[in-house]
Amino acid sequence: MKHKTFFWFILPTFLAMFFFITLPIISVTIQSLHTPHENVLVTVENCDPFGCKKATSINHEATQNLKKNNPLGKYVGLDVYFDRGHLAIEQVKDLWSKTNNFFEFLKLTADLPFYKALFFTLTFTFTVTPIMLVLGLLIALGVNSFNKKLKGLIIFFSLLPMIVTPLIGSIILFWMIDSRGIVGNLLQILFEDPGLSLKASTFLTWIMLIVYGVWHAIPFSFIVFYAGLQTLPKDQIESAQIDGANTFQQTIHIIIPHIMPLITFVTLMQLMDNFRVFEPIVGFNAEAHATSLSWIIFNDLGGETRQLSAAATSSILTILGIIILLLPVLIKTWKEFEFKK
Amino acid sequence: MKLLLIKILSSIIFLTSTSSFACSISARVSIVGNEFPAIQTVGSGAKECKGAKVSANLTADHQKINVAGMSSEPAEYTSAIVANTSIVALLNEDLIRPLDSLVKKHGKGLKKNQLITIDGKIMAVAFMANAQHLVYRKDILKKLNIDVPKTYEEMLSAAKKIRDAGLVKNPVGGAYKAGWNLAQEFNNMFIGYGGSHFKGNTAEPNVNSESGVKALEMMKALSNYMNPDFLTHDSNATNAEFRAGNVAIMNMWGSRAATLVDADGVSDEVKNGMDIAGPMTVGGGKTPASTLFWDGWTVAKKISDKEAEATFIAMTNAIRPSIMDNDEIRKQAVWLIDGYKPTEAAKGVFAAAKMSTTPYPMLPYAGLMHSAIGKEISDFMQGKESAKKTLSDIEDAYKASAKEKGFL
Repeated sequence: MKHKTFFWFILPTFLAMFFFITLPIISVTIQSLHTPHENVLVTVENCDPFGCKKATSINHEATQNLKKNNPLGKYVGLDVYFDRGHLAIEQVKDLWSKTNNFFEFLKLTADLPFYKALFFTLTFTFTVTPIMLVLGLLIALGVNSFNKKLKGLIIFFSLLPMIVTPLIGSIILFWMIDSRGIVGNLLQILFEDPGLSLKASTFLTWIMLIVYGVWHAIPFSFIVFYAGLQTLPKDQIESAQIDGANTFQQTIHIIIPHIMPLITFVTLMQLMDNFRVFEPIVGFNAEAHATSLSWIIFNDLGGETRQLSAAATSSILTILGIIILLLPVLIKTWKEFEFKK
Repeated sequence: MKLLLIKILSSIIFLTSTSSFACSISARVSIVGNEFPAIQTVGSGAKECKGAKVSANLTADHQKINVAGMSSEPAEYTSAIVANTSIVALLNEDLIRPLDSLVKKHGKGLKKNQLITIDGKIMAVAFMANAQHLVYRKDILKKLNIDVPKTYEEMLSAAKKIRDAGLVKNPVGGAYKAGWNLAQEFNNMFIGYGGSHFKGNTAEPNVNSESGVKALEMMKALSNYMNPDFLTHDSNATNAEFRAGNVAIMNMWGSRAATLVDADGVSDEVKNGMDIAGPMTVGGGKTPASTLFWDGWTVAKKISDKEAEATFIAMTNAIRPSIMDNDEIRKQAVWLIDGYKPTEAAKGVFAAAKMSTTPYPMLPYAGLMHSAIGKEISDFMQGKESAKKTLSDIEDAYKASAKEKGFL
């Protein structure tokens, strides 16, 4: 493609990316380096139906002046990044010097909110992604060998988990796995343990979230792989069959290398997707057992507290996390591209 | 005779004035608020006004949207229905306007104790009081000869008896969902043990104390008698458990208790067995382990004076004294409205007020403390860490966010 054609071709995308991705990221970065001004507090008398009382309140006129002179807030550099709600540098240092062994150090670090969320997010990402790749491929191979008439119907049903809105899907499952729900009850009978509750144990909650994550993500990998399987080189497979290769050998040596670019693509997409896991935690009311980086951002933004700087900082840290996560895959793709050139 | 005549005359005037009461407004009214029966009544009362569009967005997520929805210029919401907890966020951001002149002009039906004043300025109009108190199954307690619990210690022993008798497996209920609900239960218990959240009039935290440890231990003891999924149960889910007959004693909001068993499909056993009592004390203390709340409405600052006036008129119409003639509405809450006669359902909140329960503090940093408690406490409830560690985690989490928000 000529450079000029390429330019006009990419311009709309580029503009959209600039306005809806680059600018917001810049704004969030600036936000994360500032905090609200110190509030000028005054003691005033408040009255409500239960009587009058002296209480602390914010003096808005005094605070207003500060805000007017410096609408962005107070510049604090990386302070918010290093505070207890995020990287917790001080606390981690303290734990390092106080604890006796590495395991204890890890355990106590994982109790800090950011590391707790990171720990779950990474576990989720690195279990869901491979399981979903393997299962997606198996389903695609299975469906591909089906009778043509049945295929359409089966593809439709396999896609259902992705059609259901994640939040709705997780709320439906939440009630099904309740100790009085159909799945929860079945498990109690199967394990002969009437006290079994998926929602009460951290370990089981994690498993439940991971199973949900896989269930929700499989259709994506399945449909991409299925599309890839339609382009299989027939002659290669035929010659392999003549050479006496069994199905497993054919899969390993012909099919997988053939759809490798698709595997890379799906991995890339799913790493990104799973790293920002959010809806299942809300849907499953799982915040007592599992939090993710996205959940922290949501929690800081909502409610009575509205910690914008904290949320901005968590967002930047999430973006950095995704970059680090994708780096190996991106480097690999780049090398292949250079090699082909 | 003369007196009687005056009485009759005045009642006729009163009747005609209420029946001919028509609310007309000339600018848009848009309400955001929580959703429970009493607030739904207020929302539909405002919608009776003719002349301009009145819309209401009543949702349990109101706290997540009211600040954002009132920050824009002009504000999307002209009124937020708040409680003494949630008004603080609006005050902190300076999003609501003083109502003194509007009260003078249109607020004839309002009683003085309905007016919430901050530093002498009327910032909200309260219409109901609320508190958490005991809700129980009198049939079950009677069967086992248990007196109605007045303290949490008695609640524990009652729970043990009910479980041992095999009547209800997990007899205790409570809105213990991790986050806001769980933190509120801690606040109750902490105050009951005589704790105070902050050092004096400062923003310095003060929860890492003897009272804090005792409060956590009591909550843990109670949770042993709850459905194992208690950390996922908010007040809606807890009420559902009660309706299904799975809970025999619980600490529940007055605003929800009144209409608790009115839902479809509740068995007669639960319907007739349900009763209400005052809040419980704990650890030999005199102050109940509960907090007093008021619910009221505010008017946004960033709207035109015309819209503010329309909002005030519509909201005042929604809480006019004549709605107290409706028995269904009267039952929904402990109204602060003129002419309210308490119903049976109100006795819990009235007992709370009589026992001089502590009102929830209207402090600019109370929300940050509440949210820090909600985030950190579930580790203790799951037995992952000690009470001391959890309390110091709460203080650390609070300090980090209070520093960020400019309070420390």
